[in-house]
Amino acid sequence: MATKQQEKLAKDVSQYKYGFHVDSKNIFKANKGLTKELVAEISRYKNEPEWMLKFRLDALEIFYSKPMPPWGADLSGINFDNIHYYVRPSDRPTRNWDEVPDEIKDTFERLGVPEAERKFLAGSGAQFESETVYHNLQESLQKQGVIFDGIDTALQKHPDLFREYFATIVPPRDNKFAALNSAVWSGGSFIYVPKGVNVGLPLQAYFRINSENMGQFERTLIIVDEGASVHYVEGCTAPTYSSDSLHSAVVEIIVKKGGRCQYTTIQNWSNNVYNLVTKRAKAMQDATMFWLDCNLGSKVTMKYPSVYLMQPGAKAEVLSIAFAGNGQHQDAGAKIIHAAPNTTSSINSKSISKGKGRTTYRGLIKVYPGMKGCKSKVTCDALMLDKDSRSDTYPTMEIEEDEVTIEHEATVSKIGEEQLFYLMSRGLSEQEAATMIVNGFIEPIVKQLPMEYAIEMNRLIEMEMEGSVG
Amino acid sequence: MEILEIKNLHVKVEGKEILKGVNLVIKSGEMHIIMGPNGSGKSTLCYALMGHPNYEVTEGVALFNGENILELPADKRAHLGLFLGFQYPREVTGVTFGNFLRIASNAVKKAQNSTEKPIGPLQFYPIAQKEIEAVKMDKSFIGRSLNEGFSGGEKKRAEIVQMAVLKPKMAMLDEIDSGLDIDALKTVAEGIQMNFEKLQPGMLIITHYQRILDYLKPHYVHVMSEGRIVKSGGPELAKQLESGGYAPLINN
Repeated sequence: MATKQQEKLAKDVSQYKYGFHVDSKNIFKANKGLTKELVAEISRYKNEPEWMLKFRLDALEIFYSKPMPPWGADLSGINFDNIHYYVRPSDRPTRNWDEVPDEIKDTFERLGVPEAERKFLAGSGAQFESETVYHNLQESLQKQGVIFDGIDTALQKHPDLFREYFATIVPPRDNKFAALNSAVWSGGSFIYVPKGVNVGLPLQAYFRINSENMGQFERTLIIVDEGASVHYVEGCTAPTYSSDSLHSAVVEIIVKKGGRCQYTTIQNWSNNVYNLVTKRAKAMQDATMFWLDCNLGSKVTMKYPSVYLMQPGAKAEVLSIAFAGNGQHQDAGAKIIHAAPNTTSSINSKSISKGKGRTTYRGLIKVYPGMKGCKSKVTCDALMLDKDSRSDTYPTMEIEEDEVTIEHEATVSKIGEEQLFYLMSRGLSEQEAATMIVNGFIEPIVKQLPMEYAIEMNRLIEMEMEGSVG
Repeated sequence: MEILEIKNLHVKVEGKEILKGVNLVIKSGEMHIIMGPNGSGKSTLCYALMGHPNYEVTEGVALFNGENILELPADKRAHLGLFLGFQYPREVTGVTFGNFLRIASNAVKKAQNSTEKPIGPLQFYPIAQKEIEAVKMDKSFIGRSLNEGFSGGEKKRAEIVQMAVLKPKMAMLDEIDSGLDIDALKTVAEGIQMNFEKLQPGMLIITHYQRILDYLKPHYVHVMSEGRIVKSGGPELAKQLESGGYAPLINN
């Protein structure tokens, strides 16, 4: 993509300005640990313009300077020196299909995952080509003027558009992990929807899935122009193996006047992963941003999709499901900033803790002074299945204006004995009855998922519930 | 021909003995009514027979076709053909009435005959619709969350719908008439009688009021008091109670 001239120029620049130059083969193979040299080499390897190299290096400095967050889940298990910050697709480690745990294979079977995809998801296959699907989709999108590319490609193909919005919604200084992502980001999606265009079918990251795009430091940027609408779906319900233990993604979205964006995530990372994500959207006048967030996997997830309501009439909706089993901590929630009058928001969070699992809801509703006519409703429901299950709620309200309507409801429940008996008296086993109750609990959110995901979600709950009741 | 034999049943709830030796035999095609003052143990009998975990059997057996069901969990009893129409049916959010009916129906069918294929939603819909309309409920209830927001009368009628769909061999209805207005009572009672005549299960009906007996044709009427059945008779016993109340019978 870059010309020979550009390559040489980038190389010279890095040599001059930063005084070092390393061969990519060695540095990537050397692998672990985070250094300036590695970051510069990532940029050079990707043929990035100079401004991006500078951006990365500045972000790295910010990362070093910021302390770990004093709140949230326990991150003491992360060893920053023992992480591969960039791995070329060809160097990605794979494991033998025989080594894949039986229960993972069983899950693929139960979810009906196509054969071709199983090995890839389990970390046993190098590539999974969904080229045909992707190509056909691309043709119809191009006709509408919609851009749906890998973000690395987008930097090269659409430099001005990219630069106009990149890091404007989540600046590197935002938090330590945003800074880290800003330094070593690779892979992710770039979407631009032109004015008035309604993208009919959900765009799925899964279409483009392959080692290159499934990164630990993914960066996604979505620009929805005036009056346009799009639904993007990230992740999949199938258990997804990652050899990387730290995932730190950043998602930035801007929804312009009258536009609408739905971003659905279903995360089911293997239980060695620390999943720390910064997701933020800006909604302009009469625009709607809808986050649908499902957290099923990972060892620790910290994720608080946010919406900044910048102009009157802007709307935010966040639906979130978190499921935590033994050894898992899902620390999730939402942040809504009402930075304009007559803006509305609603958050509906449902969490389920099973065994010794722990779920935490952490949310913020902020209304600035003078922002009259704002409405916000937060509902948090927690279901605890076992006596060791844990659930916490930290809802924060910073309301600095009187002429607003703010509601908050929270419930905590366990599966009622009477409910269980009622269902069992109709012939359902204890497990089937508990599963029915849990599926019913999350139903209002699941019904907002594209149908195939909804079905998978119900099956996953069924599997999670097996052997859990007691 | 199915037979339920309850022999010397003693049941404790929260440490207190409620049933103090109940004896009763119910056969297919027999409708038994149990009446009695509050606290006599009528509901306890139903819950203990269905297998509620908090109801502790301290003595006695309940043989269903020779098998002591008191050792089985509730779902296994349902598989054998037992059914309980609850006095206070539970709400289950997010599960539609229709789906619930279908899943329960498939569960019982599978347990009784594992070769039969489970029935899918499309096939099941007209079955659900028929039974729901038979108790004069609107078919829109099929898509509503189970019992959620249903009035007392609607919940009771929903229990009858479940009974009609599940076709139990031995059905117990716990105070099916409480909370019903005059019209609903007539509809429910007629539904029960129709169901009984069609499928000929054994039926044990706990009633709260007399009035339901205007619409039902029971074979046996029993009076319970302080954890025991103190008097049994035919339908004429109900008439006696109507005019004289419980006192003369209990103080005997």
